[in-house]
Amino acid sequence: MTGFLVRRLGQSAIVVLGVTVITFVLTKLLPGGVARAILGPRASAVAMAQFNHDNGLDLPAWQQYFFYLGQLLHGNLGFSYHLNQSVVQLLQDHLPKTLILLTISTLIALAIAIPLGMMQAVRRNKLEDYFFTSLSFALYSMPPFWLALILIIVFAVNLNLLPPEGPQGAVSTYLDPGKIAALVLPVMSLALVTIALFSRYMRSSMLDNLVQDYVRTARAKGVSTTGVLYGHVLRNALIPIVTLLGLSLPGIFSGALITEAIFNYPGMGLLFWNSSQTRDYPVLLGVTLIVAVATVVGNLLADVFYAVVDPRVRVAA
Amino acid sequence: MSVRASVSDLDRLPLPEGRADAEGGEAKVTGSAWKLAAYVFLENRLAVVGLGVVVFMFLFCFAGPFIYHTDQINTDIANLTQAPGAGHPLGTDNVGYDVLGRLMVGGQTSLEIGIIAALLATTFGVLWGAIAGFVGGWVDQVMMRVVDSMLAIPTLFLLLVLAAMFVTSLPMLIFIVALVAWLVPARLIRGETLSLRSREYVDAVRVMGGSDLRIVLRHIIPNTIGTIMVNATFQVADAILLIAALSFLGLGVPPPATNWGAMLSDGVSYTYAGYWWLIYPAGLAIVITVVAFNLIGDAMRDAFEVRLQRR
Repeated sequence: MTGFLVRRLGQSAIVVLGVTVITFVLTKLLPGGVARAILGPRASAVAMAQFNHDNGLDLPAWQQYFFYLGQLLHGNLGFSYHLNQSVVQLLQDHLPKTLILLTISTLIALAIAIPLGMMQAVRRNKLEDYFFTSLSFALYSMPPFWLALILIIVFAVNLNLLPPEGPQGAVSTYLDPGKIAALVLPVMSLALVTIALFSRYMRSSMLDNLVQDYVRTARAKGVSTTGVLYGHVLRNALIPIVTLLGLSLPGIFSGALITEAIFNYPGMGLLFWNSSQTRDYPVLLGVTLIVAVATVVGNLLADVFYAVVDPRVRVAA
Repeated sequence: MSVRASVSDLDRLPLPEGRADAEGGEAKVTGSAWKLAAYVFLENRLAVVGLGVVVFMFLFCFAGPFIYHTDQINTDIANLTQAPGAGHPLGTDNVGYDVLGRLMVGGQTSLEIGIIAALLATTFGVLWGAIAGFVGGWVDQVMMRVVDSMLAIPTLFLLLVLAAMFVTSLPMLIFIVALVAWLVPARLIRGETLSLRSREYVDAVRVMGGSDLRIVLRHIIPNTIGTIMVNATFQVADAILLIAALSFLGLGVPPPATNWGAMLSDGVSYTYAGYWWLIYPAGLAIVITVVAFNLIGDAMRDAFEVRLQRR
């Protein structure tokens, strides 16, 4: 187990290092370089040279990279000249809001998708199964922003039930009774896509386990259908779902980006989108690095969990 | 996208029922592996529907404008946001373009970008994966860590950074989409190459004096054709969705060129005005096309699986 952990940690560290190389190379690929991006299209050559010198951008690339890496290790993700704030400050403000959105919608998605997938597996190739399979197929093929638009049209415009905009203001007030209605549509649009994905997985995972020998053994010993289903099959079928949770983090982050952009939900995704409109590179690259690290950590945790629960993984790896 | 690949992997696992019947049914068919694959594909009714929808979409977008003439270059200020009715079956948009005609023109861009980006991404990813898997050792390590690192960045974030930095034209947009899409095929093909490179026929080629390049290009890659084609189909669906998302977020192609995502982006401001014809047609066109490509991909996976089992 220790060997597995060490190997897996090493891999993750290399991937994170790889991501820093990518963000660094991206700053180098900027048309006109960082100086042009920050000083604007009409900056003189002298001003650009001075900027480059002041910021160490005239040094050899490998020195710049190690300087950049050193800054990152000291928790300096850069400075947004556009918003006149450090990227870390911006993240402290926006990240908690995204986390609320992600946590609530993922919990709701799991609470619906797991029973749904179970039901589909038990009633496979029956009417209900076909109905929900088609539904999740359609949801899965739908552009998430279109789904969000339809939700707005139906619930905010036609029925006038819910506000079309996400909650604003301090994050601590988001769960207040007066504000919670504003969370419903953003959470719903994010959760629906996740439910489609998770229930598909849950269905296959249940089906795999239903044909295992241990099911037959349990039945032969006289365990009831419900007992087998909940006591044996469900527990084993849930294991891949945890891995899926780790693996689908990048997809969930991308979904949050779109959801926040549509509902004007002031989280990290909206910050990122606004920065892409204003070409605010320090923010773009800082946020990219953060979501990438979060993804790597998510995958790592999922793998470690899998290895703890299922000894076969450790032996095989 | 990575999530898609893993869903496909799970779907690959044997199902307790149904699949066995399908195999029993086509045992009578004899002939080449391709014929068999085609048979299994056509047996799948959903796949035929998917294929039909794709053919229809191509006809609609590329042949449609020859039958249904509309002006998609000059705006028509006198007829803004008109409801569907005589003269404009799907109404007009916020600058007076006929929506039905716009769907055709926008669809051309969406389909072109989707297919070209998928082809580029698949070609590059297949070569990358096959080389990494075949050469092995530290070359493989370095090449695959590059893939891992890029996959660690959520697709849409990477795409937005690249688009904000570099997109100025349609070819650049296609290139950027391909740049984030080649990673999954690279990983899949590397996996297959690892098992293929120890086959006897690879040894045989080597004994006969064939070069490494020949082994990779003529023997390993052709043997992964099933994976390649299935993945390429899913790639088209993903690329159409990605382009739509990117255009919706305002980083697409400049007007008067358009695509389905950009049409939605233009229509969003009129959500409260109740101009449903600016939201539903373009969105439905995307969903129908993507579902069709996904159905084809699923069926091809089944078809090629049978081919492999029979060998």
